[in-house]
Amino acid sequence: MTTRKTVWGRMARVMVLAMALGLTAPLAVVAAQGTAASQPPAGQQQEFVPVSELPPAEQLPAAPLLIAAYAVAWIVLLGYVWSVWRRLGKVERELAEVARRIDASQRRS
Amino acid sequence: MSNRNFYLVLAVAVVLFALAPVLVAWAPYEATMGLVQKIFYFHVPAAMMMFVSAFVCGIGSALFLFKRSARADRLALAAAELVAVFGVVVLISGPLWARKAWGVWWVWDPRLTSTLVLWMIFLAYLLLRRYGGAGSEKLSAGVALFGMANVPFVYISVDFWRSQHPTTNVVMTLVPGMRGPFWWCVAAFVLLYVLVLTLRTRLEDQRAALEDLYLKLED
Repeated sequence: MTTRKTVWGRMARVMVLAMALGLTAPLAVVAAQGTAASQPPAGQQQEFVPVSELPPAEQLPAAPLLIAAYAVAWIVLLGYVWSVWRRLGKVERELAEVARRIDASQRRS
Repeated sequence: MSNRNFYLVLAVAVVLFALAPVLVAWAPYEATMGLVQKIFYFHVPAAMMMFVSAFVCGIGSALFLFKRSARADRLALAAAELVAVFGVVVLISGPLWARKAWGVWWVWDPRLTSTLVLWMIFLAYLLLRRYGGAGSEKLSAGVALFGMANVPFVYISVDFWRSQHPTTNVVMTLVPGMRGPFWWCVAAFVLLYVLVLTLRTRLEDQRAALEDLYLKLED
């Protein structure tokens, strides 16, 4: 009888503790969120800096990017035209050579 | 295209390309992006030629599949190679522009991602043609149809999904100072495209003729 009472008493204490944790957990989360919201995250902008006052390493000039884009376009397109021209010349030379060999074999026969 | 017409178109294209940088330099600066926006004058015409070439490749492949036209298949192969070439120009000039305008080289934005996918579809087509072995023409023609069907989605992606990329409206609403240089560059790219497609198709025609001659020589 005494043992049963002890078991029920322990279970009741565990349940009360669980309920207390269950009730306080959302409150703790809300409190933590409030604290986080009141503090600015790391790296958040605190002031505006004119672009002219940036250190030279952080300034990004547009001209090299523009020149690079146009250079890439010209190099890729001219390179491709040159490649097609070269391949065409090679095939046409081979074509003429094979045609000559066929002519020669037909003359022999 | 006859030799006379070819050299005439070549002369006009050379003049257009030679004057294009001058017109681009004279064009007004865009308010928010400034100088770097001038990449637009080569980036957009290259993208237009990429899309046109995808359509040419798709139509050529459809003619090959349904009409058994070998000439259309050769045209499709030439056009697929041009999709890859103009795609390289688009996919390199775009990130160079984005670096200054958006602060990053690349974002997984609908327009950028779908353009990359389109380019990769045509690379797959070319790889299939090169290493697919006998009979790969039909399979690659199917890939080309899939690639062509992808083009409208790439085009409308900026209007339908939230995107950092400018919408399709910017071309239609260009101010006169920007409109002239832009359409000049488009004309230069169209002529270049016609010339290179003609040359590349001629290369495939000559390869086919050479193969026929080798077969004749073996007989």
